[in-house]
Amino acid sequence: MQDFVWLIPLMPLISAIFLMVFSSKLPPTTVGFFGTGSVGMSALLTCNLTWGYLKDPDLFTVSLWTWMKVGELSANVGFHIDGLTIVMMMIITCVGFLIHLFSCEFMEHDKSYARYFAYLNMFVSAMLILVMSDNLLLLYLGWEGVGVCSYLLVGFWYQHSSNGRAARKAFIVTRIGDTAMMLGLLILFTELGTLDIQSLVSSAQVRWQTGDFMPTLACLLLLAGAAGKSAQFPLHTWLPDAMAGPTPVSALIHAATMVTAGVYLIARMHSLFIISPHAMMVIAVMGVGTALMAAFSALVQTDIKRILAYSTISQIGYMFLALGVGAWTAAVFHLMTHAFFKALLFLGSGAIIHCLHHEHDIFKMGGLWKRMPITFASFLIGSSALAALPFTSGFFSKDLILLSAYQLEEFGPILWAGGLLGALVTALYSFRLVFVVFFGRIQTLPNKENGWRIGLPLTILCVLSLVGGYFTLPLSNLFPMETNSHPATWVEVVSIATPLFGLLVAYILFIKIPSRIPKSLTSPQENTISRFLFSGWKLDEFYDRLLVSPYVRSTSILLDEPLDKLYNTIVLVNQKLHKWLSFSQSGRMRWYMVSVAIGFIILLGIAIAIPRGLSEW
Amino acid sequence: MQDLVVPLNHVLFVSTLLFTIGMLGLMIRRNIIFILMSLEVMLNASALAFIAAGAHWGQPDGQVIFLLILSVAAAEVAVGLGLVLQIQKRFNSLDMDDANRMRG
Amino acid sequence: MVIVTLIIILLIGGIIALLSEKLSEEAPRVTALLSILVSLIYLMLQIIKPDYITVITQSSLSDPASWLMHLKLEWIPAFGISIEFALDGLSLLMVALTLILGAVAVSASWTDIKKHQGFFEANVLWTLAGVIGVFTALDLFLFFLFWEVMLIPMYFIIAIWGHENRSYAAMKFFIFTQASGLLMLVSSIALAVIYKEVNGQYSFSYFDLINLPKGYLTEYLLMSGFFVAFVVKLPGFPFHTWLPDAHTQAPTAGSVILAGILLKTGAYGLIRFAVPLFPSAANDFAPMAMALGVFGIIYGAMTAFAQTDFKRLVAYSSVSHMGFILLGVYAWNELALQGVVIQMIAHGFSSAALFMIAGSLQERLHTRDMREMSGLWKFMPKMGASAMFFIIASLGLPGFGNFIGEVLILLGLYQVSSWMAVAASLGLITGAIYSLILMQKSFYGEPNAHRGETTMLHDFRKREMLTMYTMMGALVLLGIYPQPIMDVAQTTLIGLIDAVQLGLVK
Repeated sequence: MQDFVWLIPLMPLISAIFLMVFSSKLPPTTVGFFGTGSVGMSALLTCNLTWGYLKDPDLFTVSLWTWMKVGELSANVGFHIDGLTIVMMMIITCVGFLIHLFSCEFMEHDKSYARYFAYLNMFVSAMLILVMSDNLLLLYLGWEGVGVCSYLLVGFWYQHSSNGRAARKAFIVTRIGDTAMMLGLLILFTELGTLDIQSLVSSAQVRWQTGDFMPTLACLLLLAGAAGKSAQFPLHTWLPDAMAGPTPVSALIHAATMVTAGVYLIARMHSLFIISPHAMMVIAVMGVGTALMAAFSALVQTDIKRILAYSTISQIGYMFLALGVGAWTAAVFHLMTHAFFKALLFLGSGAIIHCLHHEHDIFKMGGLWKRMPITFASFLIGSSALAALPFTSGFFSKDLILLSAYQLEEFGPILWAGGLLGALVTALYSFRLVFVVFFGRIQTLPNKENGWRIGLPLTILCVLSLVGGYFTLPLSNLFPMETNSHPATWVEVVSIATPLFGLLVAYILFIKIPSRIPKSLTSPQENTISRFLFSGWKLDEFYDRLLVSPYVRSTSILLDEPLDKLYNTIVLVNQKLHKWLSFSQSGRMRWYMVSVAIGFIILLGIAIAIPRGLSEW
Repeated sequence: MQDLVVPLNHVLFVSTLLFTIGMLGLMIRRNIIFILMSLEVMLNASALAFIAAGAHWGQPDGQVIFLLILSVAAAEVAVGLGLVLQIQKRFNSLDMDDANRMRG
Repeated sequence: MVIVTLIIILLIGGIIALLSEKLSEEAPRVTALLSILVSLIYLMLQIIKPDYITVITQSSLSDPASWLMHLKLEWIPAFGISIEFALDGLSLLMVALTLILGAVAVSASWTDIKKHQGFFEANVLWTLAGVIGVFTALDLFLFFLFWEVMLIPMYFIIAIWGHENRSYAAMKFFIFTQASGLLMLVSSIALAVIYKEVNGQYSFSYFDLINLPKGYLTEYLLMSGFFVAFVVKLPGFPFHTWLPDAHTQAPTAGSVILAGILLKTGAYGLIRFAVPLFPSAANDFAPMAMALGVFGIIYGAMTAFAQTDFKRLVAYSSVSHMGFILLGVYAWNELALQGVVIQMIAHGFSSAALFMIAGSLQERLHTRDMREMSGLWKFMPKMGASAMFFIIASLGLPGFGNFIGEVLILLGLYQVSSWMAVAASLGLITGAIYSLILMQKSFYGEPNAHRGETTMLHDFRKREMLTMYTMMGALVLLGIYPQPIMDVAQTTLIGLIDAVQLGLVK
């Protein structure tokens, strides 16, 4: 199996190229077959690999060819397989396969069916390369590759220029992070002389002391890259807009896989981050801050996908919190469960949108639970897992994160309290979503029942969201041992009770006394605070004023090439001189004679002066 | 090498004087005939200088050049007078400035 | 002799193309394409022998005979001027790039030249001949000769077959490059004179001049002469203003040759002459040059963003990319120089392809103004997909050649000057901004309402797609397996680096 591991990312890639080249000539069924089948094959191969790994867990590296070898830089196109990679690969291929299957039906009537699957396959391939690569340069290839696929898919319906803008915003904001990450790579390479992850990490541990400046700087730059990709404050503003893409894309890219690439990167480089406690602290604070910020924003959104987008930002904030407090396994665990339940929620919302004539506003939905039972079940399970109600998958992972945070010395309890507040708000907004959409009065009638290609992925993801918490991840050898002494009982009790309390509040607000729902939770333009939260804490406006407008204004100055003014001045001077000279060409014989005479006298004067002077000059 | 009856400097002075007169004529006069005459004067001035120098150093080159100048002057007058006739015919005047088509 | 034969094939091919105009409209294009292909095949047959890579790795600067090819004939012995051609890895890559992009250029202008086809193709071939001369001449006088020779046909291409503002653009192009070329001539003559002062006779040979001891001030002045000539051609900030005009006005083939090949002569000149001939001056000047490079990157990218003209935008993107090349050259270590070589080749392909797309758009829409485009993907998906491919490649996405170039330059640059690397990396962001706006304005968005007849637009045909696929393949190959190219260039680059080290020690 180890020899064929390169087939896993290659399969979707070949399918992508095939679909791209022959896009216009293929019937939709063939397109769906190739698009979904290639990912399915990858998933099967990955399962096989995982099976082998679980039986005999030893990590290995496969080098395909020398990518570049210049001076001391040597980068292979090679894959490194260990527990973390296996977990990521399983998530990508299996969830990816389900989402491809879902897309077959969801996108059935789109004219650019082949293009859609080509992009989606390309994304899976790039994401696999990202998690499998054995050096940072190849990782960067996957990293940028998923960024471009995200750009292409967000802007998939290119006729609407707002989609184009959202796609550009997504790409450029993440590109800012990517550039910081590139600088991080430059530092790491210059300081350590290699970009191979394993040797880099080991030589970093030898070379640097805990708390040195250089590793902190490098870690912070890598963190900036991770924050861009994983939509963490201050680079998170692209994610809500990225919901312009087709819903399965949001499920795959902007919930389950790509946005967790930052978490993967930090987990992958954890040995480097351990050297820098300051960077770890920054990660934890950033995580909690983002989790809270996004959760509050999610509370007032009205667009079903934007609620989920903010909740994704918020959940990844929890993963960052886990990374920041050194609970690596908890972070990856939450990554996995989140992939299940968030993909489920997004696909569920896709099913609703599919049946409700592309309606996104939750207040125009309502009473859907009877009409769409499967979707209702999936939303119920997904929201429970998101809110971390006991015994769902999200419960185990989030509980682990919160307890780990509590145990951190010094700031632990504060981080824990922040996380807890976030959990409360999470429960509130996730059940606000469920109650508003599925209960109450029917506002829009669903036009049809969804077929098996939508139903099956939803069912499987429901099961996974329920039982995902009982999986044991093969990560034990990878991360340093985490101290799992149990904190005081009241901490655990509070952690478990908070989401339930949130559920209760949501129930009271939206079911029991729906007439007294605070206005700020239904129409966010109502008051200042909700307007502020609705706009994502006004960050877009802030960036617009601070960066975008000055940039656009300064480029408009450059439009007419100010430098040409300089060259035009030279031209002007020449033209003036030309006028003067042509003026001297008067055509008067006597004037010429005079100038000849004067010139002669001057030359004579010079001829007399120079022989004396030249040797002295 | 024998001394001249007239000292070289004097001859050269006269030559310079003649040259200057010719030059001034060129600068001042507009009539094309006078311009031609001034040119002749200048040529003669240089010819005189050559003769004097040749006599001073007892070299024949001066006289050779004098002969050359003489023939060049003759040719020049021939061409020049031809031009004068043409200009008179075309412009109905002998004023040089009437023919300044080459103004830049 | 190979090089001379190559140049002669192209020159004669030009004459035949010129004459064949009378036969039919097709004949000149076919002649041109054939002569380029014949040259390419001839070059391959002569060079690509089983052991060519070993031969390349043996070429050393001190011994021209060890090069892949070396020819020295006396020309004007009194002034030490000779006909000296030599070919090493770097030159070989550049010559091959020239020929390949030459074929692309001919294919790009297959249909859009409506008058004097014969003279047009002749000019294309003569430009190529001049460029090959530039890449292989190692006598400074001969180099200057070819430097000027390639200008004149290019001037005609812009001035005769250009668009609405062609004579202004052609004149600007000519004056900028010509005037700066004269500075280089002065510097070369001065070098020959200095050589005479030391060794008693004139010489313009590169191999004689490379280790010439010079006074510091002289060295600095002479270096400026070369630097200006090459940076104008590159073009580097602030001498780039001829480029947008020339590109915008030139016909498609002209833009392809300009962007793909002519700009590379500037970069080649910097690597081959401007730095190694004047090691200590170049060393001291490096911060200035790098600052110009950074300015160029940011300035080009920002100006590109503001443009409304498709071709002008792409032209400014070239300015931005060439900033990276300037940075890489003056970082002067193996990483950065390899990056420069890859960047030169990759930029040749990606910008040539973008200009081809611009040309095809103009041919179909009769405008280059992006405000008139919008939503073209709907009508021309193949062209849209190709444009997307090359835009993404040129913004430096990993997996394509441009990324390898940029990342190697940045890696090399960081070792020399970390702040410059930080500033240059801003170009990665600004590059993304203008690239994506290009895509948005032309191919994305709602189709223009008043363009009712757009349904008549025909997509890329087979011939065009074939050219596109070729270039896509080249870029991807360069992106995922650049090692063979690097192996070819390596010996030359290391040799030059060592020579400069030696010069600095002295």
